[in-house]
Amino acid sequence: MIIDSIKKLQNLFNQSAEKVDESGGVKQVFEKPIDRRSSLKAMAGGFVASAALSGAGCSDAKWQEYFKGNYKVMTDEERKATIARLSANYEERTGHKVNISDKKPNENTLFGYAFNVSKCQGYGDCISACVEENNQDRDTEMQYIRIHEMNKKNGINFEMADDTFTHQVPQEGNFYLGTQCFHCDNPPCVKVCPVEATWQETDGIVVIDYDWCVGCRYCLAACPYDGRRFNWKQPTVPEPEVNKEQHYLGNRLRKKGVMEKCTFCVQRSREGKNPACVEACPTGARTFGNILDPESEIRYILENKKVFRLKEDLGTEPKFWYYMD
Amino acid sequence: MGFLKISGSFLSDAFKFVTHGPTAYHVWMTILTAIMLVGTGAYYVQIDKGLIVTGMSDNVGWGLYISNFTFLVGVAAAAVMLVLPTYVLKDIDFANAVLIGEGLAVAALIMCMAFVTVDMGGPANLWHMIPGIGTLNWPNSMLSWDVLVLLGYLIINISIPAYILFCRYKGVEPKKSVYVPGVFLSVFWAVGIHMVTAFLYQGLMARPFWNNALLGPRFLASAFAAGPALIIVILTLIRKWTEYNITQKTIDKISMVVTVAAQINLIMLISELFKEFYFPTHHSISAQYLFFGLDGHDALVPWIWTGILLNVAATVILTVNKWHKKFLNVACIMLFVGIWVEKGFGLIIPGFIPGQWGKIVEYSPSVIEIMITLAIYALGAFIFTILAKVGIAVELGQISYKKK
Repeated sequence: MIIDSIKKLQNLFNQSAEKVDESGGVKQVFEKPIDRRSSLKAMAGGFVASAALSGAGCSDAKWQEYFKGNYKVMTDEERKATIARLSANYEERTGHKVNISDKKPNENTLFGYAFNVSKCQGYGDCISACVEENNQDRDTEMQYIRIHEMNKKNGINFEMADDTFTHQVPQEGNFYLGTQCFHCDNPPCVKVCPVEATWQETDGIVVIDYDWCVGCRYCLAACPYDGRRFNWKQPTVPEPEVNKEQHYLGNRLRKKGVMEKCTFCVQRSREGKNPACVEACPTGARTFGNILDPESEIRYILENKKVFRLKEDLGTEPKFWYYMD
Repeated sequence: MGFLKISGSFLSDAFKFVTHGPTAYHVWMTILTAIMLVGTGAYYVQIDKGLIVTGMSDNVGWGLYISNFTFLVGVAAAAVMLVLPTYVLKDIDFANAVLIGEGLAVAALIMCMAFVTVDMGGPANLWHMIPGIGTLNWPNSMLSWDVLVLLGYLIINISIPAYILFCRYKGVEPKKSVYVPGVFLSVFWAVGIHMVTAFLYQGLMARPFWNNALLGPRFLASAFAAGPALIIVILTLIRKWTEYNITQKTIDKISMVVTVAAQINLIMLISELFKEFYFPTHHSISAQYLFFGLDGHDALVPWIWTGILLNVAATVILTVNKWHKKFLNVACIMLFVGIWVEKGFGLIIPGFIPGQWGKIVEYSPSVIEIMITLAIYALGAFIFTILAKVGIAVELGQISYKKK
């Protein structure tokens, strides 16, 4: 046990030693690399930053970031100010622009999701699309979606399922079922958070303020659906692969020591687009939409298919339904 | 003015007193400091690299830190077992032991807070919990309750002994009307900190292993066994090494508390085992992992059986009159270790295994985690040594304001 853990530690140090020279990786929101090349860049970028912040110095911005409040209770101006600081900092560090949105929930909208168990073939395109869209850490291969391969003989039995398969799919005699954050209407994760860093928006999406989270992982313990992920290390995404179209509560870059999870791609869904997983699915197993809209496809499924949800006895009221053809 | 002057003189006397002592004392404090320094280095690595240097993962989200936190809340709560009879029932036998008990509570609480802090992904963000500046999710989150009750308990357990010692130092008799209400409060509070900590786990329907109405009461029973057991061992050592007068009657009475609590704890264990294994349901699977292993995964099996064996043996020794006095200290140490296993990682880790979708990922602490844990225990021992040394000196009149 001890030898294993020392080896793991050694690997970690070696890994980070290699990483120092690799300027491609984008790290924590307010951490600057200190080699000469970047410091030149930083100086150049400083002008841009100060222009954006109308004179606010760089270290000032750092402290303003540290002492900013909970996004949930920020005023619109405060939200704009933190977004300006975050984007200016990103540009300063990488020379590239990001577009961080603070778009609020649309009126009369409640998002829901339906998963057709008969159609899913286990290709996993949803998983990779999700990772690319949402800027998850590439080193630890963090994934929000799990695809469980189940045997038709056993029915829906998670204990006998495999969610780590790498073989060719679909396999004869097997069927596939995906899980992710179910955006419960009665979310236990929100209830237990000691600092209100996670909450449900009026469009039903359960979000996290990454900068407010203290990293206690109580929500991880409270979630009955394995919907939450923790940044055990500094998450990194190679700069060219960073999705620049971001939302403050969605796929903006995270830091180590905070929780994150599926947000129904809030940066897309609030713009009227489907989440990345829905768009990427080649079999049409995934349907997303506004369940308050009587004309929507999701509404049709809920009204006409025999839908069910997982662990319904817990009373969490997931907004994620399954059905079969 | 007078108060400030006496406080200043008290602090300087106390400082002089704790920095002087026999060689054994210096060696002891040096060893503790060394362990703390190693742990600080380990914590630096953890801060720098992130919690990935621990054995925890998205599957087992809490490990050694939260296990020890849970156990130590019990030790802290157990101070009440000494406070109650001394002040409220006017049982003077306990008076000398109380200061020790409260000192232990303070040390245990500081260890609890340290364990929670090192477990945080963002300890620098802890100010987000301060009401007013931050957004404390009270009363919804049990963790916010826990922060409040632990802080309150710490304040109570610092103020009462501080007041009593300060009066003794000044040479006046402490006023009962001042400290007795505080003592009553701390009695209820101690039960409170333990129930709240149990509710932290008990309220999670996502984890059937914890979602069990017996958890809170069982926390209390095991705490009132482990805490006073530790106090008995400490009192025995103090009696041996100092002139502080601790009567045999005191130890006899505390050992009665330990015996009864250990018996109740065993009854509750049997009740739990019956429920889990008479007709095992889907919800018994974590218990099955803990006690018998699951699909060849059995990392905790030897630990829990060792823990149960120690618990049972200690309870038998304590219960049988002939052995009770003869093997009291051995039984207390066995009980303490047994409950540490059972209520520490024997309680926390199986809650996460198997995972929500049945996946079994085992946990074992990393070297960094173990070093930090040892350092926090060293910190607790360090604080307790200082508190006990000063407390005893004041009680014995070795340091007092009048002497000057």
